[in-house]
Amino acid sequence: MKPSSHNWKIAFLPFCVVGLVLSLVAWASSSPVVISPKAPALPEDISVNRTVEQVDQFFENQWSEQDIATTQISDDYLLLRRLSLALHGTIPSLEEIREFEAMQGTDRIKRWTFKLLEDRRFADYFSERFTRAFVGVEQGQFIIFRRDRLKAWLSEQIQANTPYDELVRTLISGEGLWTGDPETNFITSAVADGNLDRNKLTGSTVRSFLGQRIDCAQCHDHPFDHWKQSDFEGLTAFYGQVEIQVLGVRQNEELKYEVEDRETLEKHTVSPQVPFLNECLPQEGTLREKLAAWVTHPQNRRFERAAANRFWGLVFGVPYIDPVDDLPAPTDLTESEPDVLDLLGQDFRENGYDIKRMVQMIVASKPFRLTSTSQSNDSEQIERDTDAWALFPLVRLRPEQIIGSMLQASSLKTIDQNSNLFMRGRRFFSELDFVREYGDLGSDELNDFPGTIPQALLRMNGEFARDNGTASLLNSVGRISQLDITDEKRVETCFLVCLTRLPTSLERDHFLKQYQTALNPTQREKITEDLFWALYNSPEFSWNH
Amino acid sequence: MFDSTYLSTKFSRRDLCKVAVGSTLSFMLPSFDLKAAQKRGPERKKSVIVLWMGGGPSQLETWDPHPGTAIGGPGNAIKTVVPGLQISDMYPLLAEQLDGMSVIRSMVSKEGDHERGTQYLKTGYRPEPTTVYPALGAIITHETPNKHLEIPQHISMGNTQFPARGGYLGGHLDAFRVQDPGKNIGNMRAGVETPRQSRRLDNLNIVSQAFQKGRTIQTKKTLHQSTIDRALTMMSSEQLNAFEIEKESESVRKAYGDSSFGRGCLVARRLVEQGVHSIEVNLSGWDSHANNFTGHQTQSKMLDPAFSSLLKDLKARDLLDSTIVLCIGEFGRTPKINPLEGRDHWPTGFSCIVGGGGLKGNMIIGETDPTGKEKKPTDPVQIQDLYATILQNLKIDYQKELISPIGRPLALSEGTPIQKLI
Repeated sequence: MKPSSHNWKIAFLPFCVVGLVLSLVAWASSSPVVISPKAPALPEDISVNRTVEQVDQFFENQWSEQDIATTQISDDYLLLRRLSLALHGTIPSLEEIREFEAMQGTDRIKRWTFKLLEDRRFADYFSERFTRAFVGVEQGQFIIFRRDRLKAWLSEQIQANTPYDELVRTLISGEGLWTGDPETNFITSAVADGNLDRNKLTGSTVRSFLGQRIDCAQCHDHPFDHWKQSDFEGLTAFYGQVEIQVLGVRQNEELKYEVEDRETLEKHTVSPQVPFLNECLPQEGTLREKLAAWVTHPQNRRFERAAANRFWGLVFGVPYIDPVDDLPAPTDLTESEPDVLDLLGQDFRENGYDIKRMVQMIVASKPFRLTSTSQSNDSEQIERDTDAWALFPLVRLRPEQIIGSMLQASSLKTIDQNSNLFMRGRRFFSELDFVREYGDLGSDELNDFPGTIPQALLRMNGEFARDNGTASLLNSVGRISQLDITDEKRVETCFLVCLTRLPTSLERDHFLKQYQTALNPTQREKITEDLFWALYNSPEFSWNH
Repeated sequence: MFDSTYLSTKFSRRDLCKVAVGSTLSFMLPSFDLKAAQKRGPERKKSVIVLWMGGGPSQLETWDPHPGTAIGGPGNAIKTVVPGLQISDMYPLLAEQLDGMSVIRSMVSKEGDHERGTQYLKTGYRPEPTTVYPALGAIITHETPNKHLEIPQHISMGNTQFPARGGYLGGHLDAFRVQDPGKNIGNMRAGVETPRQSRRLDNLNIVSQAFQKGRTIQTKKTLHQSTIDRALTMMSSEQLNAFEIEKESESVRKAYGDSSFGRGCLVARRLVEQGVHSIEVNLSGWDSHANNFTGHQTQSKMLDPAFSSLLKDLKARDLLDSTIVLCIGEFGRTPKINPLEGRDHWPTGFSCIVGGGGLKGNMIIGETDPTGKEKKPTDPVQIQDLYATILQNLKIDYQKELISPIGRPLALSEGTPIQKLI
């Protein structure tokens, strides 16, 4: 008998090893933060309030000039939903709704905003938005472009509250290897077929950070703006000395930037030159350091205005000036009143280009808090009100927001960095697949595209919708069906989980009637599934309102 | 099965027509012009089938063999029914069916990366950050929509990383993707039985009404409900039969081959019969950096039966005169054989097959250097020239300019038609 018991131990050895490895992996991948941050006490910063008041005043003036009556302020549930969608790209979980309900005080929305901004999901969600805006969604040149590293780096910077101007300067002037110094991936993103496309770098620098599309000036003068081809070449010359080698991105002062004339095919050297604000160009530093300093110079108002417009766009789903990266030249503030971008931009500049502060101001402004419902039945008036931000616009959720919301709704607990590995993995892969099938909007994600039939089919019949909408032991459909609560509570919970609101009496009656016909738990499950299906497919679910 | 009855539980077909006429939703009209779909010969509205060879097939192991040379590899060439045209001996079935098709052996591009190359070859425009260009299929759908179709107008079958997109023309012109053609039509079927589907739609109606309160006009503008209605029409359309290859005899199915690509080609033929104008069938797996020769052997076993059966069928049904078939990938492969018996990316001097739809057939355009030393082929052809040729053949003004969202006028194609194919 002895040898066989020995064999028994050997046979189990592999299982023990697998078990050990699994628990180690689970431990290593678990978050160091165990408890989600509680809503912090509100630091009293009067200057934030002052800028928000200025912004609100700007709109009030505009509304009274145009004779527009605003709608009401939204209720807290709706604001909670908008905030989660804007800051985390998902809807609030039932757990979060309950936590919010337990909070007291008139300033609880403000405190909640703080909590969302401190949550890692904000940095992660915004870092993907930044990455798209700066380098797009293409995977680019194999090995030397690491989009994932750039995104992770941006997330770290946002979490650590790195000032936005500093972040941008690092991107433009960074040196080193794409793995160890992830910011250099901004440069290597412009490599195609082994060659660095400096024109592409100029185009994306000006588009991303100054909110101007000058890509067409690469070949000819801009048709209706004042950008000349020579401006483009002068700016590109700042990237003339960047070199990509085995040791990474570096500066080679020997290099000269040459341009081939498209007609004569002759080459001539172009020296670095900025198209305006020459006085903001420093004397010291490498060419890219000089460019970085010029782009982010406090007097270069395009920088702060472009940032304000992009943040506004990310929060509302539509930028203040559309398209997000083709802004008109700043006006002379001694002659005309500042607009919203000027007000927000000035606050941004004067307060250390604080990203979270900027977002906090936009979500505290009146346009963000107004309802999307109107008394009017006149489509022209509604359009006018929406254009003047006197009515919260209905904005189609981006694919990641839809999938993020569906996933969140399929779980009663919050899915975040504290979720288990399985849940996070599921979120990661589902998001990739779903976004690919739904149609990735790429770097154009703030443009307004109409919904398509394949998207409707995907939401109604797709594999993902089926998985999330079918009752199981772990998902919310299954758990809500099994909970020992009244049917009325059951209907309420479904609505809170999917739409962050309570049902209307008509809705309540409609679904209660269905639950009353249920003879057994299976039938109850089917009713919950069909209720969830309707909520997932409703316009309310996939349009921010 | 389809939920063709779910609507009847709520309203009669006549009600549905009234609604459709009343709201000028012509797409909801049930009948479609049978005559148009049944028309044959050059009179018929033209369709385009693109057989997309993802990864970039080697010209030397397909349509431009140079047997017995240093670059030729181990393969041989065989004669085809087209006088003077030899192709790789891995394609004996296709060699019999190439009558009326032309081979271009001098395709040139400047994009040697898969993603950029695919974008360029699918759209005729080199990729750039500020504009997403529409694929050929999207342009065709935009210019010659078929109002009688209840199923998608632009369809891409088989697995691909970069399906044809609508670009600046809009997401509604993105190709509708069918991952596993002939096996299931995936999302086009309701997930539950009819009674439950009808309960779901009732529920949706109740929830939507609550949302519309105070937002009637805004909600209408989202087109959310009309998009769902159109999807529901599609789900119950008889035209979905085009995806069901079980309706074909076993011998036909066998001839196309039991691969995703083979089934896709058979579905493509059925879609053409149904009146779909833009179809893409994907065959990936051509990226043979190692073991190029065995890899191409494997690929040919899928491509040869499917492509040849498609041509044979289209001819037998008198559909080739109204259907352009184009077989192309993002680039070719290097003449030089690398130490892993592989070939690398080669965007200059690669091959494609094109023909049908009234294009001049049996042409051989361009030649590559049999020693592989000269990079440039004779008579080089750029993809935009080929697309200008195809669009002109479809009676679409290829020079027509559309305005992109940023207000930039863009021609449908910047190329010039290839005279030898007209």
